[in-house]
Amino acid sequence: MSADPAAFRFVSTNRRVREDRRFVAGQGRFVADVALEGMLHVAILPSQHPAARIVSIDPSAALAIPGVHYVLTGDELAAATDPLMNGLDTPKVQRHPLAVGQVRYAGEWVVAVVADSRALAEDAAEHVHVTYEPLPFAMNAEDALKSDSPPVHPAHGSNILLDRTFVWGEVEKHFAESPRQLSFRVTWGRSSTVPIETFGVAASWNPWREMLDVWASIQMPKYPDQIARALRIPANGVRVHQDVDVGGSYGVKRGIKQTVLVAHLARRLGRPVRLIEDRLDNMGGGDAHGPDRIFDVDVAFSDAGIVKSMKMRALDNAGAYAGRAPFQLGKPIGAIVGPYRIESVQYRAQSVTTNKAVQEAVRGFGQAPTNYAIETAMDKVAASLGLERIEVRRRNFIRKDEFPYLIPSGSTYDSGDYHTVVDKVFAHIDFESMEQERDRLRASGLLAGIGIAACLEPSGANSAFEPLLNEKNTTTTWMDSCRIMIDALGFVTVTIHNTSSGQGHETLVATVVGEVLQIEPDLIRVIRPDSLACLPSNSPVGSRMAIMLGGAAFHAAQKLKTKLARIAAHQFGVGTDRVLFASGSVTNPKDGKQLGWAELVNIAHRNFHLLPEGMEPGLEVTHVMQVPTGGTLPKDGRVQMYPCHSFEFHVVLMAIDPALGKPEIRRYVIGHDCGTVINPHIVRGMTLGGVAHGLGAALLEEFVYNDEGQLITQSFMDYPMPSSHEVPEVEIVHHCTPSPYTVFGQKGSGESGYLGAPAAISSAINDCVAPLGISFNKLPIRISAIGDAIADAQQGKQEQAK
Amino acid sequence: MKPAPFDYVRPASLAEVCALLAGDEDARVIAGGQTLVPMLAMRLARPAKLIDILRLPELAGIREEPGAVIVGAATRQAQAERDPVIRASVPMLARVLPWVGHPPTRNRGTIGGSIANADPSAEIPLVAVTLGAGIEVATTQGERSVPADDFFMGAMLTAIGQGECVRAIRFPVWPQQRTGVGFFEISARRSDFAFVAAAAQVALDGEDRCVDVALGVGGVGERPLRLDVSSLKGTKLDAGLLSDAVNAVAVELEPGSDLHASAAYRRRVAVVLCVRALEQARDSAAGKSPAGAR
Amino acid sequence: MKVELRINGAIRAADLEPRKTLLDTLRENFLLNGAHAGCEHGVCGACTVLLDGEPVRSCLMFAVQADGYDITTIEGLAPAPGELGVIQDAFCETHGLQCGYCTPGMILAAHALLQHTHTPTREHIVEAISGNLCRCTGYGQIIEAVQFAAERLRKANTPRAQHGSQHHAQSGHDAPVEGVLEAAEADEPVVEAK
Repeated sequence: MSADPAAFRFVSTNRRVREDRRFVAGQGRFVADVALEGMLHVAILPSQHPAARIVSIDPSAALAIPGVHYVLTGDELAAATDPLMNGLDTPKVQRHPLAVGQVRYAGEWVVAVVADSRALAEDAAEHVHVTYEPLPFAMNAEDALKSDSPPVHPAHGSNILLDRTFVWGEVEKHFAESPRQLSFRVTWGRSSTVPIETFGVAASWNPWREMLDVWASIQMPKYPDQIARALRIPANGVRVHQDVDVGGSYGVKRGIKQTVLVAHLARRLGRPVRLIEDRLDNMGGGDAHGPDRIFDVDVAFSDAGIVKSMKMRALDNAGAYAGRAPFQLGKPIGAIVGPYRIESVQYRAQSVTTNKAVQEAVRGFGQAPTNYAIETAMDKVAASLGLERIEVRRRNFIRKDEFPYLIPSGSTYDSGDYHTVVDKVFAHIDFESMEQERDRLRASGLLAGIGIAACLEPSGANSAFEPLLNEKNTTTTWMDSCRIMIDALGFVTVTIHNTSSGQGHETLVATVVGEVLQIEPDLIRVIRPDSLACLPSNSPVGSRMAIMLGGAAFHAAQKLKTKLARIAAHQFGVGTDRVLFASGSVTNPKDGKQLGWAELVNIAHRNFHLLPEGMEPGLEVTHVMQVPTGGTLPKDGRVQMYPCHSFEFHVVLMAIDPALGKPEIRRYVIGHDCGTVINPHIVRGMTLGGVAHGLGAALLEEFVYNDEGQLITQSFMDYPMPSSHEVPEVEIVHHCTPSPYTVFGQKGSGESGYLGAPAAISSAINDCVAPLGISFNKLPIRISAIGDAIADAQQGKQEQAK
Repeated sequence: MKPAPFDYVRPASLAEVCALLAGDEDARVIAGGQTLVPMLAMRLARPAKLIDILRLPELAGIREEPGAVIVGAATRQAQAERDPVIRASVPMLARVLPWVGHPPTRNRGTIGGSIANADPSAEIPLVAVTLGAGIEVATTQGERSVPADDFFMGAMLTAIGQGECVRAIRFPVWPQQRTGVGFFEISARRSDFAFVAAAAQVALDGEDRCVDVALGVGGVGERPLRLDVSSLKGTKLDAGLLSDAVNAVAVELEPGSDLHASAAYRRRVAVVLCVRALEQARDSAAGKSPAGAR
Repeated sequence: MKVELRINGAIRAADLEPRKTLLDTLRENFLLNGAHAGCEHGVCGACTVLLDGEPVRSCLMFAVQADGYDITTIEGLAPAPGELGVIQDAFCETHGLQCGYCTPGMILAAHALLQHTHTPTREHIVEAISGNLCRCTGYGQIIEAVQFAAERLRKANTPRAQHGSQHHAQSGHDAPVEGVLEAAEADEPVVEAK
């Protein structure tokens, strides 16, 4: 596929993102904007205990309040619905939307109250009396591994959800052969993407049509399926309205528990019901936390800094239920060596339950924490040898001519040119002058340093990590689709089959279809049917839509283009391969005869007698596409994970006033290669937003539980997210190494920036404080921790000097 | 996050406000609401009655008297930020206001509201304590004036009794021509509650000798503290003297530890910011501040 | 309680509980859904509306407090149905948004800034939107949108509307031009150790 943007008419040009138009006018349609006649409102009563048996629930005082319609308990819901799906084979770890029998984390939802208004429901919730018998609890992952830790799910027998070790290649041999080794630990604190819109869902049950209608702020594959299963109704009795705008998700809006809860109530009460999480519901019990992970890493390397082998133990604190946490340990297997030619890897993935809230899929699905561990390894290798950190990267990078490159865990990286991206970034920065700036800052009395991080963004998505971690799962299909209709008047309508949360899918698809049909994308309408009218989709996860939706749209458009050409060729009396399609018209080059768009549409829709034998009338096509490189089950612990691999390289200049300990980013540059860019505005936005997310995870954000098992960061007052003051201007240096597997050479960019920023910022801070002999190995790195460590180090030096 | 129900009244006079407050211990005043409403939303506060005082004429206005500027309690922070009298006569207040919350919260939040809220790391109470302001409190029996140092009793705890309402804050105005202010705070993000904040005001004579000095620190302990560095009077405030004076008083500080900052951090950084605030005030008074005195 | 609010130039009446916020009132009573609930405790700014031309958090006001002001919501900015104002169009031009949830608040904050000045510095813009959190964009393209809008306003033929106000707060004269800009220029702590 050509990488030359000049080869495209619309792809890679700076087109406006059409979705923006409705949002700037406040005309988005978010779930809280959906007003259903007779709608009732839900408020939640959460548990204050990290672990406790539920002794009794007395709703009588609440029910006596006028305007209160219902009080739902976990027992009732569990009797009426199936447990939420587990990905792992852990049948004794059952999860329901409301606690059943016992509560397993402080903030877990215990009772749902339904009333005429949210305010009234909250008033009533205060009058539901629940008595508890506290139980022992465990908050810490390392404690949870021990056999004497109180099990969160006693029936499961322990707190271990997953403990699986993979050995890819001759790890022990490589370690024995290597002249050097080092070991370290890093910890990724529990943070999440925390969209500004909380999760919300409204549902309505029509008993006459036996249909459940659902509107939700959702970003989830197989959402209608899971609703149907839980509610024990046919899947074609669930209609999810995909035209709801989602106010940000970045992975976490998989509100299946909220949906099952609300759907049950709608069915039970015979009225539409909605739950819009307030921020306390969301932070404490929305179950949208992110990875909470300890990495213990060993690397074996040569005197030249070539890393031959790596052992990584990733211990993740899943929280009280499995959620997606265990699989967030699995997906990074697809890029476990990062952009490097590490020959063998041992990877131990451990997922444990504790009495914390539940994790959901967070942007990158575990890749960002893993990259943090890998990049820390490379920095430490460099430090131990006295080599430049960038030089160690260069020596270890997979080379451009080595692609497609098979990594030990079974994935093949499609394409890349890491050295060139790095060179471009360094040229853009004029790295020498950045080093001089760092030195000047140091001379002025500040601590200063430069951080770097190189990493991959696997994109295209595939759930191959599921069969890898659970042999009972045999899913190898990961598809997406597109339908295109040219109506009887010649107007083009495209359908897409997912919700969007700001990724610009309508613009993406219109651009692709316009490119293929050679017509103005702005004339193409894009709509989202409800789930019953939809073709299969797996929603925008795993940085997949440019590849999958773009691919499906491309192929559908090609089919349509071929059909138009065939109709014309039939008129001309020549073979389809003899005609030329250009800008919606078809010409016979032999005699110059031409049929325009309107004429072709007319023939297709109205002149059946002029159609070729066997051709269906009308101009409608669908295409359902399997993920490229997908389709095989794991073998010997190896599998192809995602098809495409974008690359990013961060360089951060940082200064710290040693007396205050506050890190200040002086310059931020990121080199980004995601293959062919379909819409530059969209990709740039993803990268800038991802860097901001990464900055938050590195410096500010953490869900903190105290020793009493209480979440002490419950609102935005204690969970600080970057504002315009905290995010620096980010310079993006672009490069394009197309993917051989996609229609335009495009790769994904939905996770860009986030996957490498925490590693880069950590690297920068550590470079600042390295002269003091200290380093930080836990994110987020707070100002107070930096200040105290600097003070202690300076104190130590003073004492040494005495 | 909807508040528990309450009644709402908007009395026409301060006397009526005090009478209502005196008669009902579950009544609270609301002015800008920027700190009260979040508490109501989280049901951490559940007054039966809200008494709206934002538009009371008796709480409005900024006026000058000899030696003082009296700021009506319902003066919005954004108004105070732009007020020429405050800029000229209470430069420390003008200096900290851009650091209070965010522009939208300053559009509604009031000077009196911040004083009554008494957050240990809030900037406006810090200024009041540092300058030795007087908090004028209306009661059912007339008015009383409480020195700022006595007014702030602990975290979110003031000397306001039932039936009382802050009416105005009397900020002392220094007579000296050569006066400068300094202010620093450190927080995780700009406009978060500060871990530590330091405010200083210095007056110099014609030979750059200190004739008056005031220093206060916030975020270190339960309430903002005025630190006694009067030993600096008569000196030229050179770096060594400043450091010694601040270190001497810093031993009294009893900072707390929390998620955001350790006690050791607060103590250490309090010293750093106090010294820097004094230096900035000194340089500003001497006319040497690069940004220009405000 | 009965309340009359002037919203986007029109008087709207409602009868509601005192505890109902201005945000919920705009959305539920008047179907002005452009103001959004993000946190309901005054941090995220998704609920931003203009009160006499200045941004406030509508989640921190009760409807019963909001009489007597000129309230402007995002719905009041478009010149006509289907038409975009200069700032709105600028956000489309630079892609200063993704999911759109924080966008009405951002645009109103930008609008208030650009009523004060057509030559904001980057620092002015950063300060003006500092009370509005965005999780999608990282703010870069938002800042560019405001810069782009400022440039267009500088070159526009129509004179900029007078910043008039009919609010009843008797606490003094209207805010002069400099206030919000001075906040942006507030001295940073000097980051140079001695």
